[in-house]
Amino acid sequence: MDFTIMVASLPKLLSAAVVTLKLLSLSLFFGMFIGLFFAILRLNKNPLISKFAYGYSYVFRGTPLLVQIFIIYFGLGQIEYFRTTFLWVIFKEPYWCAIIAFALNTGAYTSEILRSAFQTIKPGIIEAGKSLGISSKIIFYKIQIPVAIRQSLPAYGNEIILMMKGTSLASTVTLMDITGVAKYIISTTFKPIEVFIVAGSIYLFMTFLIHNLIKYLEKKYSFQ
Amino acid sequence: MDILSFGNTGWGDELFYATLMTIAVSITAMLIGFLFSAIFTPLKLSNNKFLNLIANSYTTVVRGVPELLVIYLFFFGGSGAIMYVASIFGYFEYIEINAFITGSVAIGIISGAYSTEVFRGAIQSIDKGQFEACKVLGFKKYIYFLKVIMPQMLRLAIPNLSNVWQITLKDTSLISVTGLVEIMRQSYIAAGSTRDPLLFYSVAALIYLMLTFLSMKLINKLEVRYSRGF
Repeated sequence: MDFTIMVASLPKLLSAAVVTLKLLSLSLFFGMFIGLFFAILRLNKNPLISKFAYGYSYVFRGTPLLVQIFIIYFGLGQIEYFRTTFLWVIFKEPYWCAIIAFALNTGAYTSEILRSAFQTIKPGIIEAGKSLGISSKIIFYKIQIPVAIRQSLPAYGNEIILMMKGTSLASTVTLMDITGVAKYIISTTFKPIEVFIVAGSIYLFMTFLIHNLIKYLEKKYSFQ
Repeated sequence: MDILSFGNTGWGDELFYATLMTIAVSITAMLIGFLFSAIFTPLKLSNNKFLNLIANSYTTVVRGVPELLVIYLFFFGGSGAIMYVASIFGYFEYIEINAFITGSVAIGIISGAYSTEVFRGAIQSIDKGQFEACKVLGFKKYIYFLKVIMPQMLRLAIPNLSNVWQITLKDTSLISVTGLVEIMRQSYIAAGSTRDPLLFYSVAALIYLMLTFLSMKLINKLEVRYSRGF
């Protein structure tokens, strides 16, 4: 055990944790909207629309995140026309490519979580709203969505932790997040175990925080 | 489509063998995972606090740390650890471990943490009366486990194990960083030499999609088989 390397790598890894947290929060933010959008499409009565939403989540849940990042980062840049559009400003940056891939990926999982939450809402709640004369639009936005979000909290907490682990793949497209920095330190010092302990502890600490935050939210928003 | 044909002019056969490699690594990793869960599930269920702590720290650490980091640990630290053990026995030559073994063990340990949780959940949701009935009837311990608990446990575990299989299959794509030529690595090589990453990564995505689709079909059949009588 080489403690000097562990102490020396800690500040580097902690500053890399900021990158990881940024990637995580941005992709969860965009992923939430994508997930909600596709969950609503899934519940659409038109079979074509709901099949499309199902196909989206099937493809993104059935392929590894690494392939998705590589298609977006290496693949899209290959299209000549694409490079002349304004979108290229975003897609030429590995940072945004990673966030787009993560957001699309977590969006697929989130849509499944929200869909099952929507489907398990007790019909009595909606009927109560209707009998009070509330319009179906307001029932949806003010009753169904909040109840669905509360019901999907435990599953969504797991998804946040999975996504946090997923952000480590950003290191494959040159981003220096915790895993990227850890790999760099390992390959320069040849002390894999020491660096793993420090980097792993940072990840575990983040998992612990997310776990407790979700527990707190569950308690706060539980139905009495 | 010439670029994807079989033979010397295309990448079809290379991708085919890479697919076989992915399947081989996934199955090996899954089996190693079962081995780990066979060790850690009893520890999780035991009444000894210390044994619980060991098993819980295994599942918590492995499930809380990114898979890629675990793979880097094994990739960079694997041969060092083996050489250290060998040096105790007086062997000082350089030992290099095969990328297949490193990858399968790394993914297997991750897969094992997930399947330990699945088996624990399945055993815990078996009715307590079953265990008591076995004791009352005076069955030997291994017989009651094999004949009474195991069949019920499998029925409850298979749907969740299919999730673990999907996770394991997708995690094998990460082994490409160690240079093992599976689907992802082969696509990377092909994309580099043909300068057509979009095509090859899309093909890789399609192969993974096909593998997950086919394995789901197969597991559904198993599920039906093990739920007979319920």
